Amino acid sequence: MSETKQFMYVNRKAPYGTIYAWESLEVVLIGAAFEQDVRLAFVDDGVYQLCKGQDTTGLGIKNFSATYKALGDYDVNKIYIEKESLDARGLTLDDLMPLVYEDENDDWAEKDSIKVVSSQEMAELFEQSDVLFNF
Amino acid sequence: MKLSIQVNEGPYNHEASVTALNYTKAALEAGHEIFRVFFYHDGVNNGTRYTTPPQDDMHIANSWSELADKHGLDLVVCVAAAQRRGIVDEGEQERNGKDGNNIAPGFRISGLGQLIEAGIQSERLVVFGD
Repeated sequence: MSETKQFMYVNRKAPYGTIYAWESLEVVLIGAAFEQDVRLAFVDDGVYQLCKGQDTTGLGIKNFSATYKALGDYDVNKIYIEKESLDARGLTLDDLMPLVYEDENDDWAEKDSIKVVSSQEMAELFEQSDVLFNF
Repeated sequence: MKLSIQVNEGPYNHEASVTALNYTKAALEAGHEIFRVFFYHDGVNNGTRYTTPPQDDMHIANSWSELADKHGLDLVVCVAAAQRRGIVDEGEQERNGKDGNNIAPGFRISGLGQLIEAGIQSERLVVFGD
């Protein structure tokens, strides 16, 4: 099983209200152990998953937003956010949690994991992927 | 072609599991290989033998079990998703001190690694859900 495939996890739903976002993150964390080429996409309401200052106290359910910040430690550092989805919701990169990783090929320099891309670029990323998980 | 199927929705509430079932049948009839069917999110609810739909309705869990029996399908229910939703096999019953189990014939409970492996091993992973 030496073959490396390009895995794309597409996150399309808001973090709370349904369990898709949280259970998607669980797949990503488990999948990270398989040493595949992993990418995450956030589109539509999925962009809300990365918003700063999430507070679920009123909902009484688990706030899992801190888990996204650990993705860099799992070597999950290719995170693509669709610009059109941000724009449609009045969000900018400043509204999102900074996600970083340490680049082992560059003296462990801290680098941004997040890249904002157009829907056209996102479509190309989907096209390049071997396995596409839709959540 | 070697295919794997992911089912993300429960039976009856959502058409996705029946569509996945029909797709799987059609793929087998067309001569394709099904490496694995993985049940995730509410999809794990397809794997309980306790469902008792009205007689004039389709029995979705039984249909999966029969298909698995006929073709030797590997029907895998995600353990984390199953624990949240009360889908229990003998091992889980023992581990979590439950008073019974409800897994349907032909299904087994295992980890998310089985889904990742299905993605790696199959030529296509086909996902059914919202």
